[in-house]
Amino acid sequence: MVGIVGYGVYVPRYRIKTTDIAEVWGDTSGRIGKGLGVFEKSVPGPDEDVATISVEAARNAIKRSQIDPKDIGALYVGSESHPYAVKPTGTIVAEAIGCTHDMTCADFEFACKAGTAAMQVTMGLVLSKMIKIGLAIGSDTAQGRPGDALEYSAAAGGAAFLIGMKNPLATIEETVSFTTDTPDFWRREGEDFPSHGARFTGEPAYFRHVGEGAKSLFKKTKTTVDDYDYFIFHMPNGKFPIAMGKQLGVPAEKLEDSLVVRQIGNTYSGSAMIGLARILDIAKPGSKIFMVAYGSGAGSDAFSITVEDAIEERRGQVPTVDDYIERKTYVDYATYAKFRRKIKALG
Amino acid sequence: MSNRVAIAGVGMSKFGELWDKNLRDITLEAGMYTIFDAGVPGSDIDGMVIGNMSAGRFTGQEHLGAQAVDLSGLGDIPAYSVEAACASGGAAVRHAYMSIKSGEHDVMLVLGSEKMSDVNQTEAMNTISVASDWEWEGMFGATFPALYAFMARRHMMEYGTTEEHLALPTVKNHANAAHNEFAQFQRAVPIEVVMRSGMLADPLRVLHSAPITDGAAGLVMCREDLVKKYTDTPIFIESSAQRTDTLALHDRKSITTFNSVVSSTKSALQEASLELKDIDVLELHDSFSIGEIMLTEDVGIAKKGEGCKALEEGITEIGGKFPVNPSGGLKARGHPIGATGVAQIVELVLQLRGDADKRQVDGAEKGLAVNIGGTGATSIVHIVGR
Amino acid sequence: MAEQGVAQVWRRIRAMYRIEGNKCETCGTHFFPPRPVCPECRRKGKLENYTFKGLGSIYTFSIVRQAPDDFKRQMPYVVAQVELDEGTRLTTQIVNVDPEDVEIGMRVRACFRKIKEFGHSGIIVYGYKFEPVMKVTGHKQ
Repeated sequence: MVGIVGYGVYVPRYRIKTTDIAEVWGDTSGRIGKGLGVFEKSVPGPDEDVATISVEAARNAIKRSQIDPKDIGALYVGSESHPYAVKPTGTIVAEAIGCTHDMTCADFEFACKAGTAAMQVTMGLVLSKMIKIGLAIGSDTAQGRPGDALEYSAAAGGAAFLIGMKNPLATIEETVSFTTDTPDFWRREGEDFPSHGARFTGEPAYFRHVGEGAKSLFKKTKTTVDDYDYFIFHMPNGKFPIAMGKQLGVPAEKLEDSLVVRQIGNTYSGSAMIGLARILDIAKPGSKIFMVAYGSGAGSDAFSITVEDAIEERRGQVPTVDDYIERKTYVDYATYAKFRRKIKALG
Repeated sequence: MSNRVAIAGVGMSKFGELWDKNLRDITLEAGMYTIFDAGVPGSDIDGMVIGNMSAGRFTGQEHLGAQAVDLSGLGDIPAYSVEAACASGGAAVRHAYMSIKSGEHDVMLVLGSEKMSDVNQTEAMNTISVASDWEWEGMFGATFPALYAFMARRHMMEYGTTEEHLALPTVKNHANAAHNEFAQFQRAVPIEVVMRSGMLADPLRVLHSAPITDGAAGLVMCREDLVKKYTDTPIFIESSAQRTDTLALHDRKSITTFNSVVSSTKSALQEASLELKDIDVLELHDSFSIGEIMLTEDVGIAKKGEGCKALEEGITEIGGKFPVNPSGGLKARGHPIGATGVAQIVELVLQLRGDADKRQVDGAEKGLAVNIGGTGATSIVHIVGR
Repeated sequence: MAEQGVAQVWRRIRAMYRIEGNKCETCGTHFFPPRPVCPECRRKGKLENYTFKGLGSIYTFSIVRQAPDDFKRQMPYVVAQVELDEGTRLTTQIVNVDPEDVEIGMRVRACFRKIKEFGHSGIIVYGYKFEPVMKVTGHKQ
């Protein structure tokens, strides 16, 4: 059965506290971070971008899986902050991890769900036997306009999933998607920062699409909330996934372990996938996982996953999500502005 | 007939930030002073060689040999331009030495020149970095000061060298330059000032480093039997030696010794049938103070690891047993890259002729200069005598 | 002709991305960057590609506080010679560390970073930097 034969994550070392961001804009109450459920967010170093984050995550995935990178037949990097507008990130990753040149590669973009879209595509290629192993990466160095609500959550990180048939550490039983044309968040060509529909990003966008995706997966797999041990919903902030869980009747404790957004912020294409990685870091064999990723614009990808026995022997060699969360150095707003190219004079 | 090579005359431009002069002006200035000092008729000069590292990047002009001959009105004589990074000047001297020794040329004008102040900091730093291994050192963020800092850090660990020690060459060389009217910094600096100057690349500070300098220097070199026609105070090149080491510092077994300096010094002394104790005055390449400390050891003034001790004991001061850099060295005279190796010989000639005024090393008869390129990938040693 | 940096960087990608050097099968010496000729064995040498494991320790280092524009955003940054476990040294930045914590002998591993950009519209150069070896807890149960 098709499944995850390896996974790895990467989160940059730097963090900024959301209270430090709020103070810059005159709010000393600490309300904003608390309201969003985001207390600190990861900040990429000045020499980090989606290509470097993707390579680090991919190297971790390969180390965990112990596969030969030459067996990877397809590699897709999902992101909305690819370093080049034209020129793939994936080729950089493929060369860096030692893939063969006889493979296919492309970059994906679907706001925050480009990485899970890559997972679905590689599943298809594996199931059709066109390739042996596929590598799907979701990675972002998200930008928030200074002073905008997004600035409190837009973070950096990525996750890489190796999809294959042989000896998976978790099987993927089913995946479904729900897609409409809903412009809740976008970035026009040449613009530095994205724009969003403010409260429009909620009900008609996130909640409708995640909700419909989830219902569709329950229906297709003939399962209910009770059949799953862990839930992961895309985390644009700490509030939305919890509200989504309530709407679907998910007990809080089944959602709790995936909420990495509180410590690292919204890593966009990496968000749900890092949540999934954190569950895989801790779940016992036999556990069932329900994940719905969301991408603005808009769509959702829902997955039903079962943890296999093989997972136990693949632990211990590679840093966990928590290892990365705990490895942190705080920066102040000025340093954050320097790193994130918000100081124009530095080019 | 002996076939030594003689130096008939020397000259140099003022060293410093010469805002009102371009590369042509300073090269011509040094050339003219040199020719006047030598008393050589222009028509006797049958070849010209110029040492320059990077005029193409610093000023946008290459083909300096032709330019210099053209400007000096030396007719259609052959003109050579040589490059060996910071040892370009020494390479020019050696080029003339070999040309005259071989019989190909009789009387040559040797120039060294660099105009560095016309570019911004980034361009200056990047241009200097190409003296090391640009693709595997410079591009990865190892600035030139950082490479010397690598050596300093190891020297401190291996031999207990301290931050105070690193300041000693600067203090000595500035004191010497106070008496050199061509020097960029004609003033002493107290050790406290050196030790609290800005950090460039830990543990190296701004005042451990040679400055960005514009300047040119020149020599007239000729066959021994011709020199009496031009001057009563000829100086002779007793020997010339050059050695090479790896371009990248990381490829060397030890980075606290310059193998190229050790072997080129040995070879030069041997060729001149001299021992180090016969040398009265030295010009050593102190682009960074750690460089002078290491060279003090590598030429044999001090044992390995004891270069600082020699400095502390005053052995390398004017009046000491082995005066080093009476001119002020690269640190205080200034370091116009391509000119440095020539300027070192200019200083030794002045010392040997007794023309060094207040910085005169009494009774100096033999002088030795070490000019190194990059982080020691090239070392050129000349011994001069009267 | 090629746009600035393009071909120059492209032809070195394997060495820069993966620390691919070579090894002389005759004398067993590893080389990075790859050498065209074994300086010891010369014509008797037999050079084979070798991908370094990317583990080593700091041989010497400096903290750069004046740097060209490319590196301004990173200042102050640590640059070092790392002695690879295979026995050769390379020059590289050390990241994910506070400069004051760096010391000679510190264990480091290779990571993947942006090395330089040829301006806003030029190519981006990627390659190795090194970081302190990371704590791996495996998983909590």
